[in-house]
Amino acid sequence: MNGTKKVVELVGVTKVYPGDVAALRGVDLVIGAGDLVAIVGPSGSGKSTLLHMIGTLDRPTSGTVRIAGYEVGDLTDRELSALRARHLGFVFQQFHLAPGTSALDNVADGLLYSGTPPKARRERAAAALERVGLGHRLGHRPHQMSGGEQQRVAVARAVAGEPPLLLADEPTGNLDSAAGAEVLAVLRDLNASGTTIALITHDAEIAAWAPRRVGVRDGRIVTDERTETAAATPATTAAKPAAKPVAGPGAETVEAAR
Amino acid sequence: MTKETPDESRSGRGGRRTRLTPARLRPRDVVRVSAGGLRARPARVVLSALGIAIGIATMVGVVGVSSSSREDLLRQLDRLGTNMLTVQAGRTLFGEEAKLPVTAPEMVRRITPVTAAAATGLMDATVRRTDRISEDVTGGIVVQAADDELLDTLRGTMAAGAWLNAATERYPAVVLGSVAAERLGVSRPGGQVWIGGRWFTVLGVLAPLPLAPEIERSALMGFAAAEQYLGFDGHPTTIYERSADEAVEDVRAVLPGTVNPENPEEVDVSRPSDALTAKAAATGAFTELMLGLGAVALLVGGVGVANTMVISVLERRKEIGLRRSLGATRGQVRVQFLAESLLLSALGGVVGAALGAVATAGYAMSNGWPAVVPPWAVGGAVGATLVIGTLAGLYPAMRAARLSPTEALTTT
Ligand SMILES: Nc1ncnc2c1ncn2[C@@H]1O[C@H](COP(=O)(O)OP(=O)(O)OP(=O)(O)O)[C@@H](O)[C@H]1O
Ligand SMILES: [Mg+2]
Repeated sequence: MNGTKKVVELVGVTKVYPGDVAALRGVDLVIGAGDLVAIVGPSGSGKSTLLHMIGTLDRPTSGTVRIAGYEVGDLTDRELSALRARHLGFVFQQFHLAPGTSALDNVADGLLYSGTPPKARRERAAAALERVGLGHRLGHRPHQMSGGEQQRVAVARAVAGEPPLLLADEPTGNLDSAAGAEVLAVLRDLNASGTTIALITHDAEIAAWAPRRVGVRDGRIVTDERTETAAATPATTAAKPAAKPVAGPGAETVEAAR
Repeated sequence: MTKETPDESRSGRGGRRTRLTPARLRPRDVVRVSAGGLRARPARVVLSALGIAIGIATMVGVVGVSSSSREDLLRQLDRLGTNMLTVQAGRTLFGEEAKLPVTAPEMVRRITPVTAAAATGLMDATVRRTDRISEDVTGGIVVQAADDELLDTLRGTMAAGAWLNAATERYPAVVLGSVAAERLGVSRPGGQVWIGGRWFTVLGVLAPLPLAPEIERSALMGFAAAEQYLGFDGHPTTIYERSADEAVEDVRAVLPGTVNPENPEEVDVSRPSDALTAKAAATGAFTELMLGLGAVALLVGGVGVANTMVISVLERRKEIGLRRSLGATRGQVRVQFLAESLLLSALGGVVGAALGAVATAGYAMSNGWPAVVPPWAVGGAVGATLVIGTLAGLYPAMRAARLSPTEALTTT
């Protein structure tokens, strides 16, 4: 399913950290509108670095990054900020919620930099919380919620501005499997309603659940495979075993991500 | 600005490829976010605001107390008037004590702008509580003849009893100045004091006279009584006179010649209110030192705020990273921390100004002064707070803004 729109396009992207650490060694990646991509790979393989490139949180050492049609290399820091505010949503392993602040305000504050008026921010925040199944928890503070609920608040914050692209770095990494499943269900619903999602995971089951899996090793993309069925019926929530690799040069399997 | 992409990726959503401009943060949101940042760490906020508060309170208090004291002096001057001159017999060319002519008071009263005049005559006699105390123990108190217009001319009031009148100025009776009464242990009329070998009845006690401290230290009797009982020669030693305010200098010029036409150079003219005026002007010399101390306290408070902000930035790297991922620009991060610093020090400033005003009011009240906190002092305090908040927040805010989003997010 090579979509007609490229939301993300990376061409020959490398990233070398100070101290000659080559975290990415020439990555080409296209993510089309509506994709749900799991990025898998061993620890230190460069997954987070890759996600930072996609999320315009960092610039590549060389290569081209295009997000929503904008070439990141051409944009100033201010323009990148605006790009993030309008086109990107982030979910992290840690929830990064403001303690002592209600779920509603945590989500509403996520829209602070989008230029939305205060009242509309709260309305959209309430809608987003409703969407992640927390419509009954608007006034709860982080410490009054379970980990799964907190992460769903963080997801609501990321998608309240309805960004076309949602990036998640091990969103279930701090959650038990039940809570993780709640969060994944939310992501699946978001994807079904059109949001493009890229998520990093260490969990083979989650990777298998995603319609598309990108395997990273030593700063390179080594596998890129699709599960046609899962993509065709996004409502299926079962963790289906991976089937039918569509693309990807190496036939490495998801076991690389432990 | 963006390079053309050859494929279909350009044909997407509306709004794509438009110039990306970050949304402006509303001032209200800046304040709200900054206040939220402070509210999360109340103890630290209170302590570092306290540093600023102490500095501001010191400065406002110092200015307030000295202004109150000056205001008190000015009101005293206003009440006592600056239009009184005293004429004294100076010394002759040969160094002897000169005397004023007996007619001098009458001559002074004839000067047109003069509205009131009175004379006193110093005598050798001493005043004691009883005849058993030695003559040499004067207690710094003198015996003087005074004419009955003295009280009005000085704008004095009685603390107790009555002033001399046409009848009592012939009797062996005295009115005591406030200091004299205190030293003699007499606070109410009716008692007797020993002067020049006989008893004098105390008629009354004067209230303090800031313009005539020499009268405060006198036992005063009528000219007639002085002549009759103590052999006084009737020559006045001091004449007090008041005139219209604008005529004071003219009167001063003609007084010596009027009082002593033969030897005008022997006459000393002075203006007792000059001392009070000088005192009012001098209030503030000591203030500068205290202001300096307050400024040092304020500086230390500013360093405390800067310290708090630096720590805050270190602790909140993840929050900064999150905000950057949500689309905050470097400028918006900078503004947030700068506003936090400003808010923190403004908090200290407001509390400090209030404390300073309360301290001023308390101190003034205990001294019987009017409480005055000049608006410029409060304005200056607010201004200083804003400057300090900005300076203290500048470096931490720059640091927060310089942080790269990934660095901020991956902090452990
Ligand atoms: N700021 C940095 N400075 C220097 N080296 C870095 C930096 N960030 C990451 N690296 C290095 O780059 C490589 C890739 O890191 P990255 O965080 O992308 O891995 P990852 O696949 O996300 O690993 P994990 O699964 O443990 O999160 C690692 O070797 C890491 O040590
Ligand atoms: Mg990682």
